Amino acid sequence: MRRIKSRPKTGLEHVSILKHAMTALELVQELKARFGSLLAEPSEFRGEITLNVLDAEQITKVCAFAKKELGFDFLVDISSVDNYGDDPRFTVVYELYGYGHRCHLRLKTDVSEEKAELPTVTSVWKTADWHEREIYDMMGIRFRGHTDLRRILMWEGYPYFPLRKDFPLAGKASEIPDVAFTEPAPLEGGPFVTIAGGNDTIAREPRVRIPETDALEMNARLERRLDIKAAHGRAYGPGPIEPKQ
Amino acid sequence: MQTRTEIGYNSKIEGDVIHTRLDAALSWFRKNSLWPMPMGLACCAIELMAAGASRFDISRFGSEVMRFSPRQSDVMIVAGTVTYKMAMAVRRIYEQMPEPKWVIAMGACASTGGMYRSYAVLQGVDHIIPVDVYIAGCPPRPEALLDGLLKLQAKVAKEPFAGAPNKVAA
Repeated sequence: MRRIKSRPKTGLEHVSILKHAMTALELVQELKARFGSLLAEPSEFRGEITLNVLDAEQITKVCAFAKKELGFDFLVDISSVDNYGDDPRFTVVYELYGYGHRCHLRLKTDVSEEKAELPTVTSVWKTADWHEREIYDMMGIRFRGHTDLRRILMWEGYPYFPLRKDFPLAGKASEIPDVAFTEPAPLEGGPFVTIAGGNDTIAREPRVRIPETDALEMNARLERRLDIKAAHGRAYGPGPIEPKQ
Repeated sequence: MQTRTEIGYNSKIEGDVIHTRLDAALSWFRKNSLWPMPMGLACCAIELMAAGASRFDISRFGSEVMRFSPRQSDVMIVAGTVTYKMAMAVRRIYEQMPEPKWVIAMGACASTGGMYRSYAVLQGVDHIIPVDVYIAGCPPRPEALLDGLLKLQAKVAKEPFAGAPNKVAA
């Protein structure tokens, strides 16, 4: 008689909520029930749920609970946003996923520019190690408790954080003798440099650039755009093409 | 009517002796066995591999001996984007190559930084090492690399063999 194989163990059998299919919203309610006022109201956009953690200092606790009790066993990514000009300046975004229940959850928390520091989640997910190093390298946000917080893409001693909004795309000059150096890249008239103030992306980001004829080029593009609009009633998007009157 | 032209040295007619200049002969040997140092840094390296494989077969031009040690190389083929983080390593490997040595900058990135006008990318490998041949393309096809190699061979053939001044890094 053929034996029926049992389902592979997920290691999450103790998590009672896995016994029935969960939605991300139900999981968020569990999280709300545990942490209450620490969390803002969840928002949903295109089936994805985002939850703001109001105190960045508590992010490790929230993440540990999400992993151990709610089965979010996979940290997809950590990213950071520079809300330059706003206060608090930085937002750190955690993308969580559970292979048991196949639900996704996004946690966001704000970090001020003066502090630029929050606790690490490497104790929860080991994969956070390199994600946090990348954020430290590019955005200059430190993660307290990280065991090896070094730069990961740029070299040790590079004086800037290149993904901050106030860092110019061309870069800045720097030099550590015998290690590395940088020079600002020439952007003026470059083939992939956007033109500020264009009305649409085609005018702003031309793929072919001839500096002497930039203005002519842009005007020609805008006229073409107007022609299309005159012919079809609109210059964008799908729609029936009607003959010009 | 002659149907076949014999090219090269004909021992039956010319005997066992060749008269030439020493430097011309040595340059001829040298240009036909340029051993590359494959400095593969990005997608150009894939085209470099194709140039080395059977379809394009760089060994037709005597450069099939890809040396992964700079000590045994004659020509460094810089194939790909040179980031600032890599720049010093590229220069160091170049400096480890014995004289005489040449450099091919393969593709837009190695030649000028290409489309990467950014804080992270060196705007042309000629900022740190002297380049003999630039190859256009993003990435260049293997034929373009082979053409660049032939251009370099023509250059090597013209170089004086002895007493050549040492090139200095820019």
